[in-house]
Amino acid sequence: MKTFNIGGVHPNDSKLNADAPMQELPIPKQVCVMVSQHLGAPSQPIVKKGDKVKVGTVLTSNEAFLSAVVHSPVSGTVNKIADIPDASLYPKPAIFIDVEGDEWEESIDRSPEIKREISLSGPEIIQKIKEMGIVGMGGACFPTHVKLMPPKDAKAEFLLLNGVECEPYLTCDYRLMLDHAEEILIGASALMKALDVKQAIVGIEANKPKAIAHMTETAKNFPGISVQALKMKYPQGAEKQLIKALTGRAVPSGKLPINVGCVVDNVATCYAVYQAVQKNMPLIQRMVTVTGPSIPEPTNFLARLGTPVSAFLEAVGGIPGDSGKVISGGPMMGKALSSTETCSVKGMSGILVLPEKQAHRQTVYPCIRCGKCVDACPMGLEPYLIAATAMAKDFEKTEKARVMDCIECGCCQFSCPSFRPLLDSVKLGKATVGKIIRARNAKN
Amino acid sequence: MAENTKWVVSGAPHIHGSESITKIMWGVVIALIPTFLVSVYFFGLRALALTLVTVASCLLFEFLINRFLFKRPCCLGDGSAMITGLLLAFNLPSNLPFWMAIVGSLIAIGVAKWAYGGLGTNPFNPALVGRVFLLISFPVAMTTWPVPKPLFGGNAVADAITGPTPLALAKEGLKAGQTPDQILGGLPGYGDMLLGNMGGSLGEISAIAILLGGIYMLCRRIITWHIPVAFLGTAFIFGGILWLAAPDQFMDPVFHLLSGGMMLGAVFMATDMVTSPMTKTGKLIFGAGCGLLTILIRNFGAYPEGVSFAILIMNAFVPLINRGTTPKRFANAK
Repeated sequence: MKTFNIGGVHPNDSKLNADAPMQELPIPKQVCVMVSQHLGAPSQPIVKKGDKVKVGTVLTSNEAFLSAVVHSPVSGTVNKIADIPDASLYPKPAIFIDVEGDEWEESIDRSPEIKREISLSGPEIIQKIKEMGIVGMGGACFPTHVKLMPPKDAKAEFLLLNGVECEPYLTCDYRLMLDHAEEILIGASALMKALDVKQAIVGIEANKPKAIAHMTETAKNFPGISVQALKMKYPQGAEKQLIKALTGRAVPSGKLPINVGCVVDNVATCYAVYQAVQKNMPLIQRMVTVTGPSIPEPTNFLARLGTPVSAFLEAVGGIPGDSGKVISGGPMMGKALSSTETCSVKGMSGILVLPEKQAHRQTVYPCIRCGKCVDACPMGLEPYLIAATAMAKDFEKTEKARVMDCIECGCCQFSCPSFRPLLDSVKLGKATVGKIIRARNAKN
Repeated sequence: MAENTKWVVSGAPHIHGSESITKIMWGVVIALIPTFLVSVYFFGLRALALTLVTVASCLLFEFLINRFLFKRPCCLGDGSAMITGLLLAFNLPSNLPFWMAIVGSLIAIGVAKWAYGGLGTNPFNPALVGRVFLLISFPVAMTTWPVPKPLFGGNAVADAITGPTPLALAKEGLKAGQTPDQILGGLPGYGDMLLGNMGGSLGEISAIAILLGGIYMLCRRIITWHIPVAFLGTAFIFGGILWLAAPDQFMDPVFHLLSGGMMLGAVFMATDMVTSPMTKTGKLIFGAGCGLLTILIRNFGAYPEGVSFAILIMNAFVPLINRGTTPKRFANAK
């Protein structure tokens, strides 16, 4: 079975209660919509206090190329625009909306029928995806329309669909592939049309046999789309690793997937593309896995964006008494939250509650130079060296050790027998070296 | 906000693999058990007593240095001092006076380990530094080997009897003009050498017991195959070339593998994580260097045995090897 070539780890996959049906989360009394929910230039709010909005009303504007707008996930009145900490723990501007009823913009097609015929042309599809605020829903939140407009010297050959879900605990993509396989593949067909590619491959890890079977069966009606089962290994869902696993191509250091003829999109993004292109529906809701060892019934919820984490936790019976940490995303790359009032955003795939006894880090021992981090690194780096040079503030050496190639997957720290906070140090090095490089480029 | 203080906030990843330093150290201890049992079987309770002395003194020195020189909370929990004690004992003759063993422990822990900053920062294997220090300071005591006296059965031999190791016999014999065949006639058979029925350091005699421990460490992924295989393979090939070139001047390669500290060195001493290279290629180079140097020293050097020196010399090359053997980067790897 295919997989990527070097490094990687095998965490226990902990896919709790994955076969439970998806549930719709009731709309909360107030939502809080982060103004910028994408990677790129920050957006500006275009509504003000007291404005009436409907589901689908555009809330922000952004003139930059690398950007995405946000739509109202509910109908009601704008209560205030204020800063609130997001998953980064920094306060960021957000639009608070008091919910009144559930009135949708009339342009949105809410009928349950699946619309199979794609009538829009390629450029129209890209424009629609941009208008509907679609971003990568695997977590990076990269604006999807930007991926569809490759530079002139590059040509896409493959569309790769990421159904790997290699993060332990998370099951939302699995659920989506079981419930909405056809819509995902129609969305993928729209992306193929926009990119003018003939071949798409869906990558799914072997721990999801039902999803592999269902997607394979559904894909028979979609010429050019095939499903590839992949050997379980973290971080297979990382872009470069997935491209390697599915096509055997390696994205060179500092280059993008398009440089090897690939565009990668998450299956959840494809579903959002289907809704945008075929149903004229902006990205206003998403599937979120609420899970954890002490959660009695881990569930996948379809919830409006801007729903506070506390509302999700109430829906699974409240916060378990032994809880110590609440994480947005999975346990390998997710971000620990400081408050359950943090609100869901386009890139929030899961809410993981860890018990107190798993919440703390263990006592750190000295590096015994065992080399396990080197073996685990899927980018072929030397994490111990990057961490040591960064902590010594010898950033010239950190840069030479190729810190900018790091994908921050956490395999090094996961496998370190001395419990060293390797990724903390590596991230510090990466941020600092990034600044140094930008300053150097600005000077030249 | 009270809410803010409630949750633990730390960077990803939020889960950890099953590996830990404590598990690794206890894994090594378990791997050493067969070898230890064999040495108690052949050398009696003196082997047990000597091991207890080195382990206790290593732990004590580790504690004292931490507590009073570095003024840190104690760190015996990582188990590394215990392993240094065990491995030091395994590299000593079982009848060595206790006070010498204690001096060796002081050198191993105090000089080889803590003078460089403690666990993880020492360039040389502490147990080997301790052993080599004793070998140079007390050459007679360190090369007076008790003849093995099995606990059960075997010929009754008086306690005080000592004799040379097969390696020393070979060195002397070759110097005196004997042929290898004549020398082998006066040595224990290869079967006995495999089981450990020969003179030598406490833990180096039984190739089989050491290999058992090595296989256990391989299965537990405490070591990889690269260093032992490169070490033994290079020694076998280089020893074999010499033997084929001049069979009347050099011992055969099987003799080299089974005698002296070759097995103990290749499986337990050279594989020490702290003092060996990081990458697989680096480990192969390191192991091959150890094997080559061992055979060179044994055949052309002044000492009959060269494993300790070979490993210590290669330890010094580890930073250089690490620099030269960076892992294959993602885009360049096959």
